Amino acid sequence: MTELPLIGEAVAVAANPRLAGARIGVVTFPGTLDDRDAVRAVSLAGATPVALWHADTTLSDVDAVVIPGGFSYGDYLRAGAIARFAPLMSKIIEAANSDAKLPVLGICNGFQILTESHLLPGSMIKNDHLKFMCRDQVLRVENNSTAWTGDYAAGQEITVPLKNQDGQYIADEKTLDALEAEGRVVFRYVGFNPNGSRRDIAGISNAAGNVVGLMPHPEHAVEPGFGPASLDGIGSSDTDGLGFFTSVLNKIVGGAK
Amino acid sequence: MSTSAETVSRKFNIDTVENAAKTPDTELPWAELGLKQNEFDEVVKVLGRRPTGAELAMYSVMWSEHCSYKSSKNHLRQFGEKVTDEMKKDMLVGIGENAGVTNLGDGWAVTFKIESHNSPSFVEPYQGAATGIGGIVRDIISMGARPVAVMDPLRFGAIDHPDTARVMHGAVAGIGGYGNSLGLPNIGGEMVFDSVYQGNPLVNALAVGVMRHEDIRLANASGKGNKVVLFGARTGGDGIGGASVLASESFDDTKPSKRPAVQVGDPFAEKVLIECCLELFKGSLVEGIQDLGAAGISCATSELASNGDGGMEVELTSVLLRDPTLTPGEILMSESQERMMAVVTPENIAAFEAVMDKWAVEYSWLGEVTDTGRLIITWEGEVIVDVDPRTVAHDGPVYDRPYARPEWQDAVQADSFTGSVQDAGRPSAPAELAAAVTELIASPNMCSKDWITNQYDRYVGGNTALAFPDDAGVVRVDEETGLGVALATDANGRYTYLDPYHGAQLALAEAYRNVATSGAVPMAVSDCLNFGSPEDPDVMWQLAEAIRGLSDACMELGIPVTGGNVSLYNQTGTTPIHPSPVVAVLGKLDDVARRTPSGWREDGQAIYLLGTTAAELDGSEWSNMRGHLGGLPPKVDLAAERALGEILINASRDGMVDSAHDLSEGGLAAALVESSLRYGVGARIALQDVMDRDGVDLFTALFSETQGRAVVGVPRSEEVRFTDMCTARGFAHTRIGVVDADSGKLEINGVDTLALDALREAHEATLPKYFG
Repeated sequence: MTELPLIGEAVAVAANPRLAGARIGVVTFPGTLDDRDAVRAVSLAGATPVALWHADTTLSDVDAVVIPGGFSYGDYLRAGAIARFAPLMSKIIEAANSDAKLPVLGICNGFQILTESHLLPGSMIKNDHLKFMCRDQVLRVENNSTAWTGDYAAGQEITVPLKNQDGQYIADEKTLDALEAEGRVVFRYVGFNPNGSRRDIAGISNAAGNVVGLMPHPEHAVEPGFGPASLDGIGSSDTDGLGFFTSVLNKIVGGAK
Repeated sequence: MSTSAETVSRKFNIDTVENAAKTPDTELPWAELGLKQNEFDEVVKVLGRRPTGAELAMYSVMWSEHCSYKSSKNHLRQFGEKVTDEMKKDMLVGIGENAGVTNLGDGWAVTFKIESHNSPSFVEPYQGAATGIGGIVRDIISMGARPVAVMDPLRFGAIDHPDTARVMHGAVAGIGGYGNSLGLPNIGGEMVFDSVYQGNPLVNALAVGVMRHEDIRLANASGKGNKVVLFGARTGGDGIGGASVLASESFDDTKPSKRPAVQVGDPFAEKVLIECCLELFKGSLVEGIQDLGAAGISCATSELASNGDGGMEVELTSVLLRDPTLTPGEILMSESQERMMAVVTPENIAAFEAVMDKWAVEYSWLGEVTDTGRLIITWEGEVIVDVDPRTVAHDGPVYDRPYARPEWQDAVQADSFTGSVQDAGRPSAPAELAAAVTELIASPNMCSKDWITNQYDRYVGGNTALAFPDDAGVVRVDEETGLGVALATDANGRYTYLDPYHGAQLALAEAYRNVATSGAVPMAVSDCLNFGSPEDPDVMWQLAEAIRGLSDACMELGIPVTGGNVSLYNQTGTTPIHPSPVVAVLGKLDDVARRTPSGWREDGQAIYLLGTTAAELDGSEWSNMRGHLGGLPPKVDLAAERALGEILINASRDGMVDSAHDLSEGGLAAALVESSLRYGVGARIALQDVMDRDGVDLFTALFSETQGRAVVGVPRSEEVRFTDMCTARGFAHTRIGVVDADSGKLEINGVDTLALDALREAHEATLPKYFG
């Protein structure tokens, strides 16, 4: 298990002792970049972050897992293609599919890893404009019944940063129709589709709703002064992304907010 | 094994020291490697014999302009000499190490440095720019710090020249592709288009890192018996001769392509190297560490050994290779990226190897530290290098190159914009002024840089408090207290062309002002001096004057230079670039929550202009748009800069301003538009009081580039306190307007109304129009 972070200790004191018992794992692969941010988001939401290392063979009794963004193993082959074979991933796949339905959130590279792992359908290819893009993105929460979206209202619009090179979500028409019919399109881009994703899809879930993946970065919108409203004046809040982490916490500790 | 030159177990000749001593008359390719006759003679004198092939390779790269600073050293001394005790108080590590280190307080230290990667970025823009980021980041790691942000000042040729798109696309994609993969937010930089940079684009890169005081590491090899290890990427044939060949000669169409001399980067390897080095530091597993940049192993071994207390012995066949056919000289010169060299005690070897294994980083033990004072490199046991490492790393040639004020300088300075042919039809009617403002903010140098900055990750790390287009980038260092740093880089090649002494000072003044505008206290300077050929007395004069001006100004502002880089030979044929000293200033914020953004937001807030305005259009963006370059740059007033800085810092700390934006290129017109567009909030402005007080017309009030000015947004409740502070300090301040949040317009008395939507469209359309 790696120690995170080495410099600039994340605030790991849980505000709410009832929530602090919840342990949320954050996975680090070689090449992962947003793990420190995910650890911070988990802390700010009130849970205890647990650093997980790609080579670990146990999930350290975590109650949920975040697979953060970055370029796992460099992603020189296809984003997420190698990470899918990490020892820890087989444990995550097993736990996500088990009766316990471990909540798993894949952000950006994490989303790519989840599709490569077949926990989620479809795939990501290079942005239609072929460039890396970093911008603040408005998303509509299409489904607030997943493990990671319970604290949002259905149809709520939130602003979180988006930054990727390979963010164009694709799947065959049959899969897309099924996702829509089953309410598994969890987030849609609003106003501007930043990468050419099919049907403006920004994020999806598995059938059970415990596994969610999306390209934008909720963990970069969790702290006043460091989110889209402060940095770019986009959206009304810096903390629209915090709901992901409080949602899963409420789910873990028993529902009541 | 025989010692004759022909005997080898590899396919090439091994030129041993013993052989060199026996064959003094062997012809060596010193000229091809970039050495001059007098320099080669000096090598022979230092060694008391001819150098071996491997030694020649080492001396040639280490004595190149790029590595030895042989033309600038005599002048650069001023940065170390013009320093007071007060300026040294927070300097933990000064010039000479991989990067300077400044005390931030609370046990924190910050290290930052700016470097050039100009020539490689012209030859192969993507890899050149990418490895520029990689190199500067490794300098920061070498100090023991965690890198926390990067910035990139860029200067390209004319925006409409067919080759500019090639360089621009490649360099921006390279900086993004490499920097984004390291998890380092890109928080700012510059973008300038000017035909003087057509064949010599300037791609500079800055990195900043933070550490606890006890984690500071230095590049030295001490302790007899300690082991020397090379780790990271394998050594390949890329970048061989890069330092000496690429950076020290101007391009010549008649020679074959130098593409193979540009290094190729692997950002994943670098990211893993960062994490693995930080883990080594945390476990105190290395005694000394040095990154491999220009001149590769030659540089790392000679610098580590000469900065230590003894010598070093290294077996070169232990180096892990990507290309097994490399000769010893090539291995010594290779500039393969993502490599580090460290010195480890025998007790720590196992722990060191465990960290390498965890991160799957390759390493090989090359040799050990000795007490002989010699750097000895062997090849299968035979000595191919036996030198005093100081003669390689520090005792290179130093030139007092002749310089003189160019004959043309007087004529250039006499050619003022005001009254010139290009000044005909100066806008004055309201519609003309509105068109002028729109034209200005859509011009290549003043337009929105979103096309570039949206290709960089500004969020990663979660500590970015301000990023481009704000005046300075701000990064939080301590999450508990909010302690953080602000950084800005600036240069104005046109000002410096008109007057190198003052032009360099203006670059410093602007970076200082930008940092203060964000609310941070300026603390330290790093500079990247981009100039033409030092063998041209005109250029050498520009360089000498710029260094003299910069060092004088640092002294007056009380902030020391802690490191930097000199890039010479930036010229095509006999035509040099504008002298372009890029100056980076680092400042400190006790709590980044208090930083001041550049745009206004709150309806009804008062807008103040700080400072006075003179008719200073020479060298301005307006004159540039009209195709004129002549006269004298704006006047430098460092006392006023300091006073303005103190007002901005106090106002930020005490919550007296909600926005602040410095006035520089494009003057007040640019600042007003940028402050409006930052958050899409309009304003109503009247400049009559400024015009009356300063005796200038409306055009001058809007487009003059007089220094020492800023516009600030002041909450109504703070207005009295703020104006009292300015009055008490005797600093000119004028209320020029009010924030009008819902109007969607920028209204300036005497100028036709400017709709923000139209301004934004003009501002943002320029780069996509040329670059897609």
